[in-house]
Amino acid sequence: MSDTAQLYDQGEYNFAYLDEQTKRMIRRAILKGIAIPGYQVPFASREMPMPYGWGTGGVQVTASILGKDDCLKMIDQGSDDTTNAVSLRGFFEKTAGIRTTFETSEATVIQTRHRIPEKTLTEDQVLVFQVPIPEPLRFLEPRETETRKMHALEDYGLMHVKLYEDIAKNGHIATTYAYPVKVNDRYVMDPSPTPKFDNPKIDEMAALQLYGAGREKRIYAIPPYTKVKSLDFEDYPFEVQKFDKPCALCGAENVYLDEVILDDRGGRMFVCSDSNYCEERRAAGHRGPMAADPAAAQIGATDLQETAR
Amino acid sequence: MYVAVKGGEKAIRNAHKLLAKRRRGDTSVPALTLEQIAEQLAHSVARVMGEGSLYDETLAALAIKQSRGDLIEAAFLMRAYRTTLPRFGYSQPIDTATMLVERRISATYKDLPGGQVLGPTFDYSHRLLDFALAAEEGGAEPSAEMVPALNEAMPRVTDLLGDEGLMEPDQVTDEETPVGDLTRDPLSFPADRDLRLQNLARGDEGFLLALAYSTQRGYGRTHPFAGEIRYGEVEVEFFAEELGFEVTLGSIKVTECQMVNQFKGSAKAAPTFTRGYGLVFGQVERKAMSMAMVDRSLRWQELGEEPVAPAQDVEFVLSHSDNIQATGFVEHLKLPHYVDFQAELDLVRRMRAEWFEKRRQEETGDAAREAAE
Repeated sequence: MSDTAQLYDQGEYNFAYLDEQTKRMIRRAILKGIAIPGYQVPFASREMPMPYGWGTGGVQVTASILGKDDCLKMIDQGSDDTTNAVSLRGFFEKTAGIRTTFETSEATVIQTRHRIPEKTLTEDQVLVFQVPIPEPLRFLEPRETETRKMHALEDYGLMHVKLYEDIAKNGHIATTYAYPVKVNDRYVMDPSPTPKFDNPKIDEMAALQLYGAGREKRIYAIPPYTKVKSLDFEDYPFEVQKFDKPCALCGAENVYLDEVILDDRGGRMFVCSDSNYCEERRAAGHRGPMAADPAAAQIGATDLQETAR
Repeated sequence: MYVAVKGGEKAIRNAHKLLAKRRRGDTSVPALTLEQIAEQLAHSVARVMGEGSLYDETLAALAIKQSRGDLIEAAFLMRAYRTTLPRFGYSQPIDTATMLVERRISATYKDLPGGQVLGPTFDYSHRLLDFALAAEEGGAEPSAEMVPALNEAMPRVTDLLGDEGLMEPDQVTDEETPVGDLTRDPLSFPADRDLRLQNLARGDEGFLLALAYSTQRGYGRTHPFAGEIRYGEVEVEFFAEELGFEVTLGSIKVTECQMVNQFKGSAKAAPTFTRGYGLVFGQVERKAMSMAMVDRSLRWQELGEEPVAPAQDVEFVLSHSDNIQATGFVEHLKLPHYVDFQAELDLVRRMRAEWFEKRRQEETGDAAREAAE
């Protein structure tokens, strides 16, 4: 920590890497996004020192809203210690010298890819999403000129036809992540590729949600306590994934689980995708059916000592 | 097992150390110097400066060294550095008519004012591996007979054609109209030619080459002639508000290509030649030519042509030309996606169960019918 904080102090970078003019430009886009929930605001996305597609949108949003007193949590796939989460957390430690944490409740800003923490977020927190393709209509209509028109006219027939065709062909809607939602009864929005399991959390969330797509140069937002409805039909209501077992390590139910393959003989276990949630439960004495298994010990043990500060 | 992806900081640190070791290679072999790269791998340096959108030979050489010769990675390093530089303003347009020309050829005229200057080129060389080069140790300095620099003016071919009215004139742009800059504003469609040219100039050489090639094979044919390709040094000038006059910032080497294309004319416009324009840093003729051909293809709307081919599709071309964006998004598939994959696993398992159940029912139904018959 000490050497990385020095880098910032030495003036090698502006606080949180981006220059203040760029941050202002991004904050203006964020404010516009908050004013028009679910609307994709074009912004002059910068080239960042990590590749496009690896979180440049989320990083620019986070860099623009961070203050010196903020405490940042960085997750990918629900976990604090996946490689890219480690890398992006390191980026902000190096360029902003701010406090970071694994604990969901301690963080003021949480940047995430593909998951929303299991623990309910509060009004004092901001959730920043990394978004690859912000346009929910993109795979139905590849042209930006067309999709912008469709949003302007609130013409979402194509999306409903797609969902209907899914049901006609498969008996159910075959979208499991990046499941489209309608925000504040107006804009259809891509909640980024989070599993649809997380969609209900977006609705009326107390925390501010900011979505950043760097390569596609779009920012959008959902203000606190905004109505967000997953698209569905009266006779085919929206449903989330259900797991038939609890977490093998902490015994949690009604959480999103990762399937972990244990051997080449079909052995597998299901564990919480939200690693911090799982650890806190285990620390509180909850035990899942495989908590004592030697295989589980290896998986459950994260290198907390190494990365926590 | 897949949880190995949860490697943490230590694994990343070690991976970077290993990369540094591999980059350096066998230490009994002398390390490359930036001067060697800049001097002897000039085409690589030019490509990295162009696609990295930053003219600095030493930095480009450093980027090439650091990226182990991966030119797209090198261009990415240049871009990431470029974005941190303060923007003081915009230079005056460069004037390629006053270029200190090292090479200038026209395929449309046998001879022309200023003459044909072959300059340094692979053209007409026999592509035979030169084993003498492999044995070279410092080596004898190659000598070339250089005709002393011509004082003769070297007007651009398109200007010569323009005198006769055979060439479409340059679009007259209002001095007050700001030129677009897609590094400062998000690209939006429809995109005007200024933005299109900026996008192509930064675009991937291979992508533009393939698109240009496709127009030659019938996907949106434009009947191009290489009106002129010139390569050399031009001065970059900056208008300093405080001083009230232009100051020279330095000179850069560029390749300019003007493609001359047939145009049958329309109800509104007489038949004339039209053009596609290409301009890139350094001697990168393949890209300058490709850029000019793609630029001309993208002008279908303005010239009243039918859009029939990928190379004419402005949104398709401009959205996919940037190799930094492309490589980032393609390579991001290396990041863990197991949360979404889990959701798909669940769905596919369910759909398979339904499929087998349906088939079982059909089979038992068939068996029951057969038994009844």
